[in-house]
Amino acid sequence: MATSPRATQQKFEPWTDPDAKPYVRIEKVTKKFGDFFAVDDVSLSIYKKEIFCLLGASGCGKTTLLRMLAGFERPTSGKIFIDGVDMTSIPPYERPVNMMFQSYAIFPHMTVEQNVAFGLKQERLQKDEIESRVNDMLNLVKLGQFAKRKPHQLSGGQRQRVALARSLVKKPKLLLLDEPLAALDKKLREHTQFELINIKETLGVTFVVVTHDQEEAMTLSTRIGLMNHGEIVQVGTPSEIYEYPSSRFVSEFIGSVNMFEGRLVEDEPSYVRIGCDDLEAPIYVDHGVSSAPGATIWAAIRPEKITISREKPDATDNWTAAVVQDIAYMGDMSIYLLRLDSGKVVRVTQPNIYRHADDRITWDERVFLQWYPESPVVVTK
Amino acid sequence: MKALLKRAGLQGRSVVAAVPYLWLLLFFLIPFVIVLKISFSSSLIAMPPYEPLLHWTGEKVLQIKLNLGNFAFLVEDNLYWKAYLNSIWVASVSTFFCLLLGYPIAYAIARSNPSARNILMLLIVLPFWTSFLLRVYAWIGILKNNGLLNNFLIWIGAIDQPIQMLQTDFAVYVGIVYSYLPFMILPLYANLEKMDLTLLEAAADLGCKPWQGFLKVTLPLSLPGVRAGCLLVFIPAVGEFVIPSLLGDPGMLMIGKVLWTEFFNNRDWPVASAVAIVLLLFLVIPMMYFQRAQDAEAGGVHR
Repeated sequence: MATSPRATQQKFEPWTDPDAKPYVRIEKVTKKFGDFFAVDDVSLSIYKKEIFCLLGASGCGKTTLLRMLAGFERPTSGKIFIDGVDMTSIPPYERPVNMMFQSYAIFPHMTVEQNVAFGLKQERLQKDEIESRVNDMLNLVKLGQFAKRKPHQLSGGQRQRVALARSLVKKPKLLLLDEPLAALDKKLREHTQFELINIKETLGVTFVVVTHDQEEAMTLSTRIGLMNHGEIVQVGTPSEIYEYPSSRFVSEFIGSVNMFEGRLVEDEPSYVRIGCDDLEAPIYVDHGVSSAPGATIWAAIRPEKITISREKPDATDNWTAAVVQDIAYMGDMSIYLLRLDSGKVVRVTQPNIYRHADDRITWDERVFLQWYPESPVVVTK
Repeated sequence: MKALLKRAGLQGRSVVAAVPYLWLLLFFLIPFVIVLKISFSSSLIAMPPYEPLLHWTGEKVLQIKLNLGNFAFLVEDNLYWKAYLNSIWVASVSTFFCLLLGYPIAYAIARSNPSARNILMLLIVLPFWTSFLLRVYAWIGILKNNGLLNNFLIWIGAIDQPIQMLQTDFAVYVGIVYSYLPFMILPLYANLEKMDLTLLEAAADLGCKPWQGFLKVTLPLSLPGVRAGCLLVFIPAVGEFVIPSLLGDPGMLMIGKVLWTEFFNNRDWPVASAVAIVLLLFLVIPMMYFQRAQDAEAGGVHR
């Protein structure tokens, strides 16, 4: 297995520091509904000021895990600590946690202002303090002039901001977001993503975000916890998850990938060679792989890491011949679907660097695919 | 061709829309106008037992005779306004108790297991399958001096003399609350059942204990259901005739009974009509006021 290199430009990496205390600690938490394991023996550490994304397909248990953090579900077994305090049996109304619901759950009988003030009134704060905090928060989410409106007079994006303001105004130590951007259109989504990051910076809140949208997870999060069938499959920064997936599932879930099944034909500590029936030349990888001899392994190669050329490469490894089956022009790049001689279809993306290219590779052309020795990721499961 | 079809389609739609209006016109507005007309005429020993309003004198003169005496009579004789006030009082108290009983029942059904809900609602509606009159008669058997309830109380030793329950106001309240309880539960259930339960989670998340969440979220959101249920109980209870006649004190003044006496015992149709018109005004004016208030609260926008 490859170990992940640390990104150099990022300074915020408390999870690499052995002395850092996790802010949220989930210890061997399991939640069963009847015989069904919604969350299966999950342990996680989330640090202060992180935006931690729980990513997974619907039904993978990510929302159940979030609801256990909020206190709406009790773990069948295991413990949850927030800031060192055992939260397992503390009801939601006594937790230092606020949640933004996927449906927003805005109170329809209250104005925007009353919605945002609701949590503060519950704390029995002074009237003028409530007023000023509500005003500040409404200005932060740019809803100042909508304070007196009822929820049904607002657009989807405005409602989403009311929900966000309502959960932020109590200054929670931990903010839980359930698919926060799912109901927004693309433009508004991108805008809100950056807004969330700004809010994190200005208020210093720790976020746990549930999403099924990998793009959202990639842009928002400091780390991603990828879930499948109630289990955490891999935890890592967005680039770790993308470039160093630990399994076929992870590499196929995040982005698109070409998966080549094969066997080790040369197994050295510093390199391996993988024989693959679909390819004309073996795959050469410039690092060692720990795998049982003779076992099936997979080499995953991202579409952008493969190049297309008309000349046959003179290398002994890492190439194959293919026929262009389809081309999708996306503007910034083109997606090529290429059929190998074995019938397997490979996906390759190429940036459109030149505006006019008369001799572009076109349909039904026979071409050669090539990649670098560091491009394939070898996974054993 | 297309335009023709479209026109036909439009007409079809307006026909559908006209059905409820036609219904209201035939079975509400026209009878109302007839009753209103009778209320302005004078009583007569004839068939029908009132003078016509319009009279053709035969000399190119159409005489319209409006008799305001019936309404004046209602104001002068304090029997009538006492009966009105008492009816409104009885209906209000009964509505209150229906709400007190109906809200927890509707709430419990709405929050119960979805598979059990239909059966529970069926049980609420089940009494409608027997005749209303029979069910009120059954209460006589329960409440009378040697009835079920008194015998039971004597048997367990709580009392040694039967309590007079039949022919008291208590029996009337029991009868009305029993008969109209489903009308309170049905709209309340419909309202509570469709409530988004994540709102309660949101309230808990913002620091509400369960009972606070109920007071601040569930209760205000169920007010339209409360309003509908109260109107459905209050309106028929005000004019209730059968229950006070069968279960109540014969001297109990209820406007429904007064109406009956005027029509059938005194055969004074004009006064009876005036009683009915005033009763209608008593009910319609507060209802319109409530509707206005509700619309204003919703910001004039219907959701």
